[in-house]
Amino acid sequence: MGEVLKFHFDVDGENFSSAGEASVVVKKKLRQLGFSPDIMRRVSIAMYEGEINMVIHADGGTADVTVDDNEITIVLKDRGPGIPDVSLAMQEGYSTACDNIRSLGFGAGMGLPNMKKYTDFMQIDSEVGVGTTVTMKIKLN
Amino acid sequence: MLFSDLTDKLSLFPVVGEIPDSFEGVYAGDLLSRAMSRVEAGNLWITIMNNMNVVAVASLTEAAAVILAEGVQLMPEAEAAARENNITVLSSDLSVYEICRVIGSVDKGL
Repeated sequence: MGEVLKFHFDVDGENFSSAGEASVVVKKKLRQLGFSPDIMRRVSIAMYEGEINMVIHADGGTADVTVDDNEITIVLKDRGPGIPDVSLAMQEGYSTACDNIRSLGFGAGMGLPNMKKYTDFMQIDSEVGVGTTVTMKIKLN
Repeated sequence: MLFSDLTDKLSLFPVVGEIPDSFEGVYAGDLLSRAMSRVEAGNLWITIMNNMNVVAVASLTEAAAVILAEGVQLMPEAEAAARENNITVLSSDLSVYEICRVIGSVDKGL
């Protein structure tokens, strides 16, 4: 490929209907670029979960995806309430989603665990009252 | 598995798209993160969720089709999105359990 590709998305925090749109667009781009189904699936799941988290908890944010010869990097940034206890949030089944969010099919407490499971690297930088940045990498080699 | 073996037994009718010829494997469940990680490409996904995000998950997982159980109606905006993204959505009046039971019995040749 040689060149580095960058994609930027604004994730609308008030619109559950469009949640996941950026993930769908990225998947289409990756398919056009000829990436394997496994890579597309892992990127899609990690990014979708991140998008949903930003909509549910942080009133939206931004998603930046960088593709180079070695890896795909996803950076999700929000100015939400932050995560007080990251290790607790990483536990499968732990969720702070409210009932109306659960009624939409979210709030299984699988978001962050799924993001970690399907990526090779994940880092969460979060400060209560300031926001959260999640960086994920998927290696291509 | 062939859809033709199931269509009558499940009283399936297409909501969006046409009933495909076949699928490989089944996932039944409504929690989207669970579905996201468990639905494999080519799977049939059975759910009672009917919102826009069902379309997103079906698209990202490349499910062969979604069956809405219990006669659940797809929300209009989700139906439009399914058409736009070529997601096949089918409907059955049977419960999730009944749909799975029928598929299981056909799968085992019972």
